[in-house]
Amino acid sequence: MSEQEHTAYTYLRPTKKFPNVWCAGCGIGVVMGALIRAIDKIGLAKDDVALVSGIGCTGRMPVYMDFNTMHTTHGRALAFATGLKFARPSLKVIAIMGDGDAVAIGGNHFIHAARRNIGICSIVVNNAIYGMTGGQYSPTTPINGRATTAPYGNIEPGMPICELAIAAGASYAARTTVYHAVELERYLEQAIRKDGFSLVEAVSYCHTTYGRLNKLGTPVDMMRQLKENSVSLNMIDKLTPEERGSKIVRGVLHNVDKPEYTALYDQLVARVQGR
Amino acid sequence: MTVKLMQGNEAVGWGALAAGCRFYAGYPITPSTEVAEMLSRELPKVGGKFIQMEDEIASLAACIGASVGGLKSMTATSGPGFSLMMEHVGYAAMTEVPVVVVDVQRLGPSTGQPTSASQGDVMQARWGTHGDHPIIALSPTSVTQSFDLTVKAFNYSEKYRTPVILLLDEVVGHMREKIDVPDFDTVERVERIAASVPPEWYKPYGDSFSDVPPMANFGDGYRYHITGLFHDPMGYPTQRLDEIDDWIERVHRKIDRNLSDIILHEEDDLDGARTVVVAYGASARSARHAVKMARQRRAKVGLLTLITIWPFAEDLIARIAHTAKRIVVPEMNLGQLALEVERVAGRNKVVRVNRANGEMVSPQMILEAIEGR
Repeated sequence: MSEQEHTAYTYLRPTKKFPNVWCAGCGIGVVMGALIRAIDKIGLAKDDVALVSGIGCTGRMPVYMDFNTMHTTHGRALAFATGLKFARPSLKVIAIMGDGDAVAIGGNHFIHAARRNIGICSIVVNNAIYGMTGGQYSPTTPINGRATTAPYGNIEPGMPICELAIAAGASYAARTTVYHAVELERYLEQAIRKDGFSLVEAVSYCHTTYGRLNKLGTPVDMMRQLKENSVSLNMIDKLTPEERGSKIVRGVLHNVDKPEYTALYDQLVARVQGR
Repeated sequence: MTVKLMQGNEAVGWGALAAGCRFYAGYPITPSTEVAEMLSRELPKVGGKFIQMEDEIASLAACIGASVGGLKSMTATSGPGFSLMMEHVGYAAMTEVPVVVVDVQRLGPSTGQPTSASQGDVMQARWGTHGDHPIIALSPTSVTQSFDLTVKAFNYSEKYRTPVILLLDEVVGHMREKIDVPDFDTVERVERIAASVPPEWYKPYGDSFSDVPPMANFGDGYRYHITGLFHDPMGYPTQRLDEIDDWIERVHRKIDRNLSDIILHEEDDLDGARTVVVAYGASARSARHAVKMARQRRAKVGLLTLITIWPFAEDLIARIAHTAKRIVVPEMNLGQLALEVERVAGRNKVVRVNRANGEMVSPQMILEAIEGR
């Protein structure tokens, strides 16, 4: 058993019945592994971490991990997380969402949590589809991509998740893919360490629904596509516009320091109480 | 004790503070906004948290999150916002997280008439969210009672680990009355049963003597799982029929076993009354006046004021139905709680007095019903 497997096992719930709900070959497990390693590296106590998720394949992630875990309603993870963080600022609150969860049904909560710059680390696993309900198009389904509710191809432009968070006021936003697991772990570590609202978008895939409907092959093939269709932010200037195309840009897109919401509120209380 | 003149909505805010509420999340909506305004001013003074969320869905979600974090939490809204909150009323019931939801009823459906009174959310409070679940709903008739019942709402929610709905109507919410605000130290407060076993033994939804499992707050060293899915005693999702049955039976039992503690009411000369008026909220004020007028005309009429709306006071109504020939139910809707009275007493005995245009049911309307005109 390698050292890294050991790390994961100490954070998994011994009482929780495995196997997990995800299809064999799913990218969500990569995100879970990276998250555990990032938390371990920072050295957070399990009691001081709370994972709050919404609904969908990604929403099932927290139940397997030995922290304070809360599986909430579709789209509302950040609203619950806001209450929890505000009530208990000492907790490291991590919100775990899928793409439909975070920016379709939860879009309003997403922009306002970012706007408040409340100290929540949010993770969006973006697989470009509603996987759990069987493959309906999501706000990040590519143009012309097939889905069970887009049988003739999707005509809606995609939602830029990181850019949305940055525009709304987030302190930190980074994007990578589940192929780049080491990079993902590094970004998660930075995001968790951040005081304000931070976001890591982990671009994943759903071979079971989107992959099958669009003839994209096996999970291995889809992993390879993530590798080939993505480019690091550092490299992007070296590409021609044609080469750049619709590649996924990986990197830390935004990283600033500004006052965090619960800290500002504490200052307000001190002012009101004349301290 | 301090004598003050204030609105029902403000009394709700003071009641919340007296009960130990330290978290409020809400979204502005008429006619409930005074609750938020009052608490945005007062909560920081006591180190409490106030936040204005992006909508009512988020408001109740934040309250539930804060309650899991250990703070007594409340939100206040009105019809359209109450509709949005239904998702999380169900989540709080399923996860057994204490939280208080204030609904200052206005005329609906939809945007309706924001500044007009209504009692149109009675059935929504009971059945608005999907699935079978118990609920507690209280309805004050006065400013003083708005204070008292807010305290009660918190106490019930903590004691029974359940969402509690405080159903005001626009009349009670906006009406100003004299109130003796008690010293908060003298107010009875109930705290949730804390987990006391070692963390490795803790079962967040396990069996317990009272059917209310002890509740650990996140961050207190008990790491466990909360989900809106049906869950086993450990809080983990389950599809096992026996575990689903156990949950459904237990959460209903924890309320059903304690009806005598939960069902609050006021009786006025019920024994032997041929006619009884059953009323709640602002309509109970009109009813009181009508009963007084009827008695002046020597009618033998009793008045039952229901303070707890849900669970419904079945036994009380059955007792009245035993002797009364006529049960008059005035409501600012087209007959919602009357359906429950009819279910217990039979349709023949029940006379509905309804008004659903934003005006109160008048004493005259009730008097006519009492006298069978």
